[in-house]
Amino acid sequence: MSAVISISSVLSPEEAAMKRRLGRRRRLIDNLVRAFCLLATGVGLFFLASIMLTLLWRGIVALDWTVLTAEFQPTRYGDDSLPKGGLAHAIVGSLIQTFIATAIGTPIGLLVGTYLAEYARDSKFGLAVRFISDILLSAPSVLIGLFIYQVVVLPTGGFSGMAGALALAIIVIPVVVRTTEDMLQLIPNTLREAVVALGAPKWKMITLVAWRAALSGILTGVLLAFARIMGETAPLLLTSFGNNVLSTDLTRAMASLPVSIYQQANSGFPDLIEIAWSGALLVTLGVLIINIIARVLLRKRH
Amino acid sequence: MSASTSTFPPVGRRRRISDTGDRIFAALCTAAGGFVLVLLGAIIVTLFIGALPAFERFGVAFIWGTTWNPVEGREEFGAGVSIVGTLVSSLLAIIFAVPIAFGIAFFLTELAPGWLKRPIGTAIELLAAVPSIIYGMWGLFVLVPFVQKNIQLALGEQLAALPLVGFLFESTNFAGTSLFSASLVLAIMILPFIAATMRDVFDQVPAVYKESAYGLGATRWEVMTGVVIPYTRVSVVGGIMLGLGRALGETMAVTFVIGNANRIATSLFDSTTTIASVIAMEFPESLAGSLQQSALFAIGFLLFVISFAVLAISRWLLRPRLK
Amino acid sequence: MNDQPSIPVAELTGSFGGLQARSNAQLNSVARISVRNLDFYYGPHLPKALKGINLDFPDRQVTGMIGPSGCGKSTLLRVLNRMYSLYPGQRAEGEVIMDGRNLLSPDIDINELRSKVGMVFQKPTPFPMTIYENIAFGVRLHEKLSKKQMDERVEWALTRAALWNEVKDRLQSSAMGLSGGQQQRLCIARTIAVRPEVILFDEPTSALDPISTLKIEELIDELKRDFTIVIVTHNMQQAARCADQVAFFYLGELIEVAPAAQLFTAPKHPKTQEYITGRFG
Repeated sequence: MSAVISISSVLSPEEAAMKRRLGRRRRLIDNLVRAFCLLATGVGLFFLASIMLTLLWRGIVALDWTVLTAEFQPTRYGDDSLPKGGLAHAIVGSLIQTFIATAIGTPIGLLVGTYLAEYARDSKFGLAVRFISDILLSAPSVLIGLFIYQVVVLPTGGFSGMAGALALAIIVIPVVVRTTEDMLQLIPNTLREAVVALGAPKWKMITLVAWRAALSGILTGVLLAFARIMGETAPLLLTSFGNNVLSTDLTRAMASLPVSIYQQANSGFPDLIEIAWSGALLVTLGVLIINIIARVLLRKRH
Repeated sequence: MSASTSTFPPVGRRRRISDTGDRIFAALCTAAGGFVLVLLGAIIVTLFIGALPAFERFGVAFIWGTTWNPVEGREEFGAGVSIVGTLVSSLLAIIFAVPIAFGIAFFLTELAPGWLKRPIGTAIELLAAVPSIIYGMWGLFVLVPFVQKNIQLALGEQLAALPLVGFLFESTNFAGTSLFSASLVLAIMILPFIAATMRDVFDQVPAVYKESAYGLGATRWEVMTGVVIPYTRVSVVGGIMLGLGRALGETMAVTFVIGNANRIATSLFDSTTTIASVIAMEFPESLAGSLQQSALFAIGFLLFVISFAVLAISRWLLRPRLK
Repeated sequence: MNDQPSIPVAELTGSFGGLQARSNAQLNSVARISVRNLDFYYGPHLPKALKGINLDFPDRQVTGMIGPSGCGKSTLLRVLNRMYSLYPGQRAEGEVIMDGRNLLSPDIDINELRSKVGMVFQKPTPFPMTIYENIAFGVRLHEKLSKKQMDERVEWALTRAALWNEVKDRLQSSAMGLSGGQQQRLCIARTIAVRPEVILFDEPTSALDPISTLKIEELIDELKRDFTIVIVTHNMQQAARCADQVAFFYLGELIEVAPAAQLFTAPKHPKTQEYITGRFG
């Protein structure tokens, strides 16, 4: 012990200088890294701000009552006497497809998540289901469009709103599975035992107590899924295709906000691009507001 | 307790609980689990069936063939260009995004004061929620002109004069829609995913480990490289692979800014294409049952195989973290 | 063990190792549940967690089960309402006789059994619903009652659990808002509302403060007029205060069972003596 003290307390001048240099070097590196991290965070926030400001700036230009209530109109070539177009057909189409998709995907996802948390925690089959569901969560959505094209669009003879909703439903399922399972895993086992100890069969334990205890978490998952499919474009291009007029017929091609944005943004006509920006603003606001609601909902629980 | 409370109140007719409800519900849940497996199986099989005519016509050479000619009567298809475009744009995106994501994650776990962690963390997560079509539009109308004017025109010629690597910057394509723009947009898109995953795994390092290193007088950076990174290495790679998996399959953002030209990019500023954007561009206009459509199914099938492999590896690496 | 001593234990009541046994009642000679040659396994390759247990639970009296952690007392409790069958792989062999039937046999209706053998857990487990719904939940599983009958039942159960006066004005508010002690009494009310014959308590006060503990102990004393009670506790004072009969477990075996006063004043087995005097190694 005393030897250690003597070594560290008696430093030769060269050793002391080296130690100072080393200390300076270490501090310099540390400060450089800090600066880089600050910069990186700034870059991330800059992009978010840039996207949001661009959307506001360019989206607000054409955003008026007509955009919300009118259907598609061809470009006016600067001739203001021609009627201005809107996105009503796309908004209605998006809402229809998104709601139907959520309505189809949620119960399936809920049951799968329940299966994973309550029946198959460690079984081989359960592991496989969990793995595949997580793969589907990040699978390229355009391929889901191809799948639905082959199994729904071709056999039924054409693009349809129903096909679009089914493609979106496949995207909803893994999102709901993930949150349902996670939220059910958080429920303490004693709560389950307490329900069963009253003589409740397992299915009543799950549906009447476990689901209720996990409700806010599951709702969060559903909201996040809803927000995600609201902005999905690629699968809809191959399934509901898009439509220039307002249609609520699920058996025919149906417009959607993202697809309309895509088509009008690529049209090359400034007036249509303006409308596309308004649509983009609407979609993004919708998605972000739902995301924020979902976060608040989840935080209230904790 | 009064005596009256000892006497039971009225008793109701006894219900018998049968186990039918339990059986039905268990069967329902199991069936739903099975459905997920069947769904993935059906996607693979469907893509493969759709791809069969193209595979039969062009054989294995389809994978590296670089011709893509949908003109009727002279149809010839190969996946080479779009496969290379997909892989290169995604890898470049990873190279751009990982250092920034790491910086954000490090900032959020070690540097940021408590009151700043949540708002910045939420902002980064919201960046992940922005739909890809918005990234595409923003890329096309904001980023592409910027790249064209301030990077390609300003720096391109100087960089092109560099020995050995100069060709990477030399391009006759001045539209701004290019491999570089696509990679940049992809990088911004996957940035929040990687940053959030990294933050979560960094947060899982037990505080005792970090504190004992700080106790020895280590700087934050030394704690990061000496304790946190060795502890979380596998999960960090898993998070990066998850980002890569997303980039590979990303469609709309890329379609807007990559230029969609069927040629292999030799320069960062060349336009090229990816599997997902070829499908998005050509599929809606292709004829049902045509060879073109089959070729599109074929590249879709290949994309599925690639991204399945990447995502499977990612899940496998992240497994100890998730379990 | 089967010939339960029915000696008057009043003269035995006294202190031993600082423990004061409150009960001086005679043990009821009628057994509500009889355990015979019970073995228990937590998994196919794990050693026995209970070895050849033989024990009678006297009707409408309190049996306390004590012993060091891992001795098998909670395991036995979870056999009595077949809670273990939630977990595949766990297995019990032997007989648990109630009303002339073996509870372990596969043809027992497990949900009906649990309506007869209720359980209160270590930590309060209020369900995420209103106070009223918490009580009505269990009743509704087993009986068809009119709204009015249900109201009466809820009031009765809450009164018996000494909670009615505290919650009667907020029956429709969430049970999560109650204090820990109130939540535990709510769980007791929920259990007795189903009108069980036996109530199992699994360390019911270990998560509670001393005052709440006292209330629960008084409640247990009160409830034994109508219910047969089994209580697992790691607190010997509690066993001494609440139980009429005490069983001491060690390493999966039942070492000794006797009227409380006797076990705490004149333990027969040296292990019991070591344990209750705190000289346990």
